[in-house]
Amino acid sequence: MKLTLKVWRQRDAIDKGRLATYDVEAHEDMSFLEMLDVLNEELITSGEDPVAFDHDCREGICGTCSMVIDGQPHGPQRATTTCQLHMRHYNDGDTIVIEPFRSGAFPVIKDLIVDRGAFDKVIQAGGYISANTGSAPEANANAVQKEHADRAFAAANCIGCGACVAACPNGSASLFLGAKLTHLGELPQGQPERYQRVVEMVQTHEDAGFGGCTNTGACATACPKEIPLDVISQLNRDYLAATVGGKKKG
Amino acid sequence: MSEKSRAGGAAAPRRPRTPSALLKFVMAVSGVFLLLYVVLHMIGNLKIFFGPAAIDEYASWLRTILEPALPYEGMLWIVRVVLLVSVIAHIWSATVLTLRARRARPIKYAGGSYRVKGSYAARTMRWGGVIIALFVIYHLLDLTFGVANPNGVHLEVYDNIAAGFAPERWYVTLFYVLAVVALGFHVQHGIFSGIQTLGWSSNSRERTIKVVSTVFAVVLTLGFISVPLAVTFGVV
Amino acid sequence: MTDANSHQNHSDTDSGTGLYSDYTTGEPVVDKAVPSGPIETRWERRRFGVKLVNPANKRSKKVIVVGSGLAGGAASATLGEAGYQVKTFCYQDSPRRAHSIAAQGGINAAKNYRNDGDSVYRLFYDTVKGGDFRARESNVHRLAEISRQIIDQCVAQGVPFARDYGGLLDTRSFGGVQVSRTFYARGQTGQQLLLGAYQALERQVQAGTVEMFTRHEMLELIVVEGRARGIVARDMVTGEIEVHTADAVVLCSGGYGNVFYLSTNAKGCNVTAGWRAHRKGALFANPCFTQIHPTCIPVSGDHQSKLTLMSESLRNDGRVWVPTKLGDDRGPNEIPHEERDYFLERKYPAFGNLVPRDIASRAAKEVCDEQRGVGPGGLGVYLDFDDAIQRLGRKAVEAKYGNLFEMYERITGENPYEVPMRIYPAVHYTMGGLWVDYDLQSTIPGLYVGGEANFSDHGANRLGASALMQGLADGYFVLPVTIGDYIAKHNLDDVPEDAPEVQEAVKSVTDRIDQLLSINGTRTVDSFHRELGQIMWDYCGMERSEEGLRKALDRIPELRREFWSNVKVPGTGAELNQSLEKAGRVADFLELGELMCLDALVRRESCGGHFRAESQTEDGEAQRDDENFSFTSAWEYTGRGQAPVLHQEELVFEYVHPTQRSYK
Repeated sequence: MKLTLKVWRQRDAIDKGRLATYDVEAHEDMSFLEMLDVLNEELITSGEDPVAFDHDCREGICGTCSMVIDGQPHGPQRATTTCQLHMRHYNDGDTIVIEPFRSGAFPVIKDLIVDRGAFDKVIQAGGYISANTGSAPEANANAVQKEHADRAFAAANCIGCGACVAACPNGSASLFLGAKLTHLGELPQGQPERYQRVVEMVQTHEDAGFGGCTNTGACATACPKEIPLDVISQLNRDYLAATVGGKKKG
Repeated sequence: MSEKSRAGGAAAPRRPRTPSALLKFVMAVSGVFLLLYVVLHMIGNLKIFFGPAAIDEYASWLRTILEPALPYEGMLWIVRVVLLVSVIAHIWSATVLTLRARRARPIKYAGGSYRVKGSYAARTMRWGGVIIALFVIYHLLDLTFGVANPNGVHLEVYDNIAAGFAPERWYVTLFYVLAVVALGFHVQHGIFSGIQTLGWSSNSRERTIKVVSTVFAVVLTLGFISVPLAVTFGVV
Repeated sequence: MTDANSHQNHSDTDSGTGLYSDYTTGEPVVDKAVPSGPIETRWERRRFGVKLVNPANKRSKKVIVVGSGLAGGAASATLGEAGYQVKTFCYQDSPRRAHSIAAQGGINAAKNYRNDGDSVYRLFYDTVKGGDFRARESNVHRLAEISRQIIDQCVAQGVPFARDYGGLLDTRSFGGVQVSRTFYARGQTGQQLLLGAYQALERQVQAGTVEMFTRHEMLELIVVEGRARGIVARDMVTGEIEVHTADAVVLCSGGYGNVFYLSTNAKGCNVTAGWRAHRKGALFANPCFTQIHPTCIPVSGDHQSKLTLMSESLRNDGRVWVPTKLGDDRGPNEIPHEERDYFLERKYPAFGNLVPRDIASRAAKEVCDEQRGVGPGGLGVYLDFDDAIQRLGRKAVEAKYGNLFEMYERITGENPYEVPMRIYPAVHYTMGGLWVDYDLQSTIPGLYVGGEANFSDHGANRLGASALMQGLADGYFVLPVTIGDYIAKHNLDDVPEDAPEVQEAVKSVTDRIDQLLSINGTRTVDSFHRELGQIMWDYCGMERSEEGLRKALDRIPELRREFWSNVKVPGTGAELNQSLEKAGRVADFLELGELMCLDALVRRESCGGHFRAESQTEDGEAQRDDENFSFTSAWEYTGRGQAPVLHQEELVFEYVHPTQRSYK
């Protein structure tokens, strides 16, 4: 199939950037990224700069790929990362617009590559359980109710790709934040630091320049791992308990 | 030797700012007060269907609640102060959050904006809020201060309403209806969002909350628009 | 093909005297770090034997960790907790994206929660046997011991392992093992374990003990007075070449499966860190030991950029078959039962579809070689759930495998409930790697290697759910102890930045980059990589023969020469340049591939994932040759294209006695 691509080209963080138009011949069995590989091979051979885009595992788990396809983070298919999107969803003659994730907290580095370091910062602020190596008690000493374990897992499923931020009209990372807080907050091991954690992580999220949540639900719909929206409710519950409710000591 | 970490967000470090979660809490709590008021207001309005005397009496009663413990219009002023504080808090936090959102999402997508099915109410909260605010100003001038009302006599509630929504002033009715519909959307997402912001939502309850807030918003909207429509079309 | 000597426009040419395959044999290599005596207490005695670093001094000691996967992330976090100054490097934009994240199945641990007769000794035994008697007993026993602590550690970190209704940890049996010792978190165990290590790592970043360098790639090892003292890294965003020095360097940079171009590895996985160390003197062990996983989604066309693994658990209920008739081009559902060849069940009646990975892979290759394969290019076999759906009902099958079926459909566009899946083997894991002693120290003092990057624990074949165990054992529990010992024993002075060794390392990096950018030929990096991958797959894949390997040993140097004279790398070095990154990696793969083929050629026996056509039993099974090949091959680099030196490490089996594996 013949496709027309409008791809965001931006030399570096300072460059203003623009949409460039390319024609590419794709095959329906290709993945979306393989289609871009084909484009890049052609660009290199003809002496042009290939399109820079982030990708790694190409099996939907590492969370590296990050592009907005026709206005949708990771493209049109539900619960699918860009690397798992296949060209059979497109038709001959289609025009596809490809842009980087847009967020003040994710500055563009080059073309479709953005800097998602702010996510690491949010985790550094408290997205962990403090358990030094060697200090752990016997694993089965603490039973965890299955529903808590399951909910923790559903939240821990987050791949940190940032599609939630890219989809959010407010540029909020609340789904990412809520997912980590719910994962750790559902487990007995996560309790001692629970309220300290939420306050620190929320503040870091704020200072990184993410916006506030208006509960539009865009994040959960765009999320390739279908993290449920209620993790944001959990975030708010814990945050209010910690601050307004005074549960965070010291 | 160069040493650096690239785990960084956007700009240079700035002064820690009040978390959005806290501003959202302010919005939710002030929203609860505003919503309570709006519900009582709507119920009060329905008195008009019981005749001119019923609504005029109701207006007088509002001024004498808890007399003599409170002075004349005491309760009314308490409510007005709470409302004013709520409105200021609501608009102030909304403004701050909107400005933040602009900074956090400075560039629009050329390939179309991302829209979730059924999220019209959520996406129109800001402009809807502005429309409601403008309407409230007009509404106060019309029926509280009376300056924008053809009758405009204090405590002649029925006559004021009848004059305000007279058939030849159909455009006022239309404006009122549109504003109330905007309020309905605002309330529909507002209830859902407020519950989420206060941390009372969960996956299993989400659907129920959405249904309840929609029903609530529809009843509220119908209750409000029934009055001007009844006046304009001569039902009362 | 170009003339062998026509392109010698750079200093590091291929003008080696004689053939690469004319390797020489050097002194045997000996693991001097391992304590003798009873195997059960060796690790304990080693730990007691280490010299400790005074806590106050730890703050002034620096360790560099390259790679942030299970081994690197865990080692960084633990070294940071201990108080060292740690610098951790990863090429990804965040340490959380290391390819450990893609591991699906689970992690083994000898917890014996099921009371089904498991024990440290049984895990040790199974792993040595599973590795086809080409692993070191001491290392494997330590791994089995530590496996239990790993689970404790991960649970304490909040890893959401599967639990039963009583709230206790659930386990399953995996990879044809008779006990249920595999802990798992749905099909995403690697992800959850990696996030545990990542979070522990970020906690240390916050504490200031670990400094994280993302989007940085190690391009050279700095060796001063015979010791590893630092690395030269490239900032992949700015292109800046940076020098980082330390008291010790740890490589946890993963495996080299991408030498085959198509593999289940992430696109960025590469051998550069390990290969640079090898060129500086670290021996490379058993490079030909690669694991080919039987259940991957087949190649769909020339555009294919990577292969996707489907969990091995599918073979519990799926039946593998091909048409009996040659050239049968009917659709799978039109082929009647009696015209299907369920070849695994036919050849291995005892284990059927559940034979180990290497056996299943080779059997699939055989039927495809007989032209009975299905799908594009005849490179695939059916994995059919028809029987399972009839027996258990579609609902039950959906509950068990629903997410895998969905993934399959997403990629192939075919519905596996209606049409049988097509699967084909793909390169998955590399057991070989840098040679290390019991302390995980390479032959360069101060250079430690952990996880898939070393060769230590899996022998010639890795059992399912053992990679995660090894990565975390190395990272959390082994490296921090043994590195401490090294640092305590060697009070090293800081390396000045103008030291000649540093300058030389920087120069070699910049020269190489300049050279890659200046060739400006006509072929893209990927086209070379694909061609190399095809050579490796054809001649050093599931079945290797002397003839094929010799062919590969002829063709790889030619391809390498063409690469260095005709590759086209656009852009400059002073910017984010993904072509340049790839070029450097492929250049190293072009050297490694040759060593892999040589190693495969020298090992004239079949063992584990290494199947030599010349060494098979009458019925076509792998034939090990313990008499002549019970050793680890550790290769010494002598120059690009020059005959390397083989050092053998004798393998001694005091506890588990070698037997022939049989799954009939």
